[in-house]
Amino acid sequence: MAAEMEPPPLGDAGQTDFREIEDGEGFFVSTVTTLESPEPSSPDPPSMPAEGISTNGPKQEDISLDDDPEDLFAEATEEVSLDSPEREPILSDGPSPAITPVTPTAMLTPRMGLGTAEMFERSLDEIEEDDSGDTFDMHIAVSDPEKVGTFNTVLMYSYIKTSMTIFSKNETTVRRRFSDFLGLHSKLASRYLHIGYIVPPAPEKSIVGMTKVKVGKEDLSSAEFVEKRRSALERYLMRTVKHPILLKDPDVMMFLESSELPRAVSTQALSGAGILRMVNKAADAVNKMTIKMNESDAWFEEKHQQFENLDLQLRKLHASVECLVCHRKELSVNTASFAKSAAMLGNSEDHTALSRALSQLAEVEEKIDQLHQDQAYADFYLFSELLGDYVRLITAVKGVFDHRMKTWSKWQDTQLLLQKKREAESKLQFANKPDKLQQAQDEIKELEGKVQQGEKDFELISKTIRKEVSRFEKERVKDFKVVIIKYLESLVQTQQQLIKYWEAFLPEAKAIA
Amino acid sequence: MWLTHVVLCQGLDDGPDFLSEEDRGPRAVNVDLQTDATLQVDISDALSERDKVKFTVHTKSTLPNFKQNEFSVVRQHEEFIWLHDSFVENEEYAGYIIPPAPPRPDFDASREKLQKLGEGEGSMTKEEFTKMKQELEAEYLAIFKKTVAMHEVFLCRVAAHPVLRKDLNFHVFLEYNQDLSVRGKNKREKMEDFFKNVVKSADGVLVAGVKDVDDFFEHEKTFLLEYHNRVKDASAKSDRMIRSHKSAADDINRIASTLYTLGTQDSTDVCKFFLKVSELFEKTRKIEARVAADEDLKLADLLKYYLRESQAAKDLLYRRGRALVDYENANKALDRARAKNKDVLQAETSQQVCCQKFEKISESAKQELIDFKTRRVAAFRKNLVELAELELKHAKGNLQLLQSCLGVLKGDT
Repeated sequence: MAAEMEPPPLGDAGQTDFREIEDGEGFFVSTVTTLESPEPSSPDPPSMPAEGISTNGPKQEDISLDDDPEDLFAEATEEVSLDSPEREPILSDGPSPAITPVTPTAMLTPRMGLGTAEMFERSLDEIEEDDSGDTFDMHIAVSDPEKVGTFNTVLMYSYIKTSMTIFSKNETTVRRRFSDFLGLHSKLASRYLHIGYIVPPAPEKSIVGMTKVKVGKEDLSSAEFVEKRRSALERYLMRTVKHPILLKDPDVMMFLESSELPRAVSTQALSGAGILRMVNKAADAVNKMTIKMNESDAWFEEKHQQFENLDLQLRKLHASVECLVCHRKELSVNTASFAKSAAMLGNSEDHTALSRALSQLAEVEEKIDQLHQDQAYADFYLFSELLGDYVRLITAVKGVFDHRMKTWSKWQDTQLLLQKKREAESKLQFANKPDKLQQAQDEIKELEGKVQQGEKDFELISKTIRKEVSRFEKERVKDFKVVIIKYLESLVQTQQQLIKYWEAFLPEAKAIA
Repeated sequence: MWLTHVVLCQGLDDGPDFLSEEDRGPRAVNVDLQTDATLQVDISDALSERDKVKFTVHTKSTLPNFKQNEFSVVRQHEEFIWLHDSFVENEEYAGYIIPPAPPRPDFDASREKLQKLGEGEGSMTKEEFTKMKQELEAEYLAIFKKTVAMHEVFLCRVAAHPVLRKDLNFHVFLEYNQDLSVRGKNKREKMEDFFKNVVKSADGVLVAGVKDVDDFFEHEKTFLLEYHNRVKDASAKSDRMIRSHKSAADDINRIASTLYTLGTQDSTDVCKFFLKVSELFEKTRKIEARVAADEDLKLADLLKYYLRESQAAKDLLYRRGRALVDYENANKALDRARAKNKDVLQAETSQQVCCQKFEKISESAKQELIDFKTRRVAAFRKNLVELAELELKHAKGNLQLLQSCLGVLKGDT
């Protein structure tokens, strides 16, 4: 086995130990694994089992490459240690000859065997195919929030990812805490935002929510909070890795792979770094107001306006959808309470047939209240969260536009400075101060370089932004289309259930004699 | 505010069709009544002014008591209350379930909302404002229709009752085409009423404590007490549920508007989605609003009505109980008189009067309570069946809209 393996490309030690998830601590046991998808150009017949499936031999099944999570969830989870003999046959099978060996990424390479303590069974394929032909074939699932530590309990999120060639493993499980995610975002933002890349914003901190969880309150609201956060982190990571530039960033790679990360201290709100951030934000806001840019490029003007409008409408929509979620939850609660009341009424009714009908009505209403709850859940996780994400994303987009303005401003300032220096120099020409003249000329040379650089920077950021915006819009269109369809489907389901329930009740009502 | 002139017998026109088709006419939904040619009463028209509502009470009768065969008068809410109270205070009617008085027309909530809308006009787009105004107008109209229906039900119940329909006050109410000059109770009278009620409920407790010899009445007493409380609870809970439903429908309305704006602004592919979904939500929201309205009519109103009727039945039992206590006291008085051999004749007559009163009440009460049950079962059956049918109709409508929209959108991607 060792002979077949190639050393990982990254500096990861041969014995990366992944933290074992101890059963005693965890809330949940199972996680969701994700798979790679083949390149679009290689049409794989659906019966190809080896294609990116989990490593457990006996469980191998034909899995269709279409999105079909339901069936796959039916499989049991199994922990497989790397050294288990079962794995070897699969590993050595590797790609069966029928698989078009187009991309090495599509294979289960022998690189698997490096200290991964647990590999989880379930496979979820999500084929992400870009129209432009990019092969995006990574999927990330954040799951298994677990409490670790007794005192300063911290929630750890694990996730599993598949890897492409640049990563060493095909499926990895690592554990991260929330501040790690924030730390990653902060690094990416400082590195890429000012040159025009739209860095997806991280989920927000919530002191109240976290405190409840830390204190150990195991009620509905803290479970909801954990689920909300888990889902948000998953979306955040997915968006980050979908970005071709960000994916290649070493911090991202380290985040996705290495077992231990240095604690991201600077993400704490009240730390020195936090305060510095706040000060900077304020300064930025002031600056924005004072910069007046001569926009030579109509495209930017137009886009800027578009995003302003979009921002406004999305915020409005988000607020309305949040209202809807709230009212639906309320409706569910009130329906449940009415159901109980109707049952009581049925009990006291002394006409037998009517009494029975009223009890049936109570049952129907109880089922309907569950329906409302489920619908509220869908309202929230599908619709409301998407809108929230995009509101934050657009803030990032606006930030990028602002950086362009700043770049322009810097360039202009340098130009102005150059001009001044030139004027000063020409004056010095007649002043007969050779040292000062030389100095001035040196400064001018330097400034000329800076001006050139400033112009280049500005052009670069403009170009980057154009590309980014186009990518962003494509993503946005896709995201919204997918979510809208999913949401409508949830509504369809609700109505279908309603019909079922009332159809069952009608004969009962008619039977009252 | 507004003058809303609603011509009921022509059914209601235009506007969002708030009540289901069956309710357009003056039929009393909550009560199963036979229409009797000898005396037919309905409210053919109603006018809403500032603070009061003027009902046009229309009567058709072949009875000789009336001067004409068909005539109309205008009445206000206070006059209905006067009529009801006159029944309650009439000893002759002690043995009947007095049809419960219609509740006061209450447009306060609706008026407040309209006012708020007017104040907030600047903060929303013109379309939104028009839409919300239409919504509120429809709501106002619905409340209006309801109050008319409830006043009508009261009159119909009286007209259907074999004894009450002959009441003189009732005939005056129907025929006298001048104002009855029934002023609303002033403060002092209201206080008197309040104390009367306190005394009555205290008394009621005492009377209820007396165990009845008659099994039928004993059972009815226990039953009605519990039933009344549970109907009250169910009525309140159904109201809350329906209110939440309406709020959710309102939210969908706002979402539809914003989606429309998004769709018109967006230059990408997704604008089609926004516009289509906005259109869809406009339609489904109307259906959701109808669902809430129908639930209100078929469920909430039904429960409210039987809340009042069960109270009236309880009152009947109280009166009977009171008569029983009086009868028993008269018996005791007679025994004492006989023992002392003093005022025996007086005691005898008194005892006989009480006995007759009690027996009269008992007899009619039994029939009334049986009728009450029949009416109740029939009304619940009718309304529950209609509720289920309407819910099905709306869910199917919703489903069809959703599926057709999904079909279009999926075909587009």
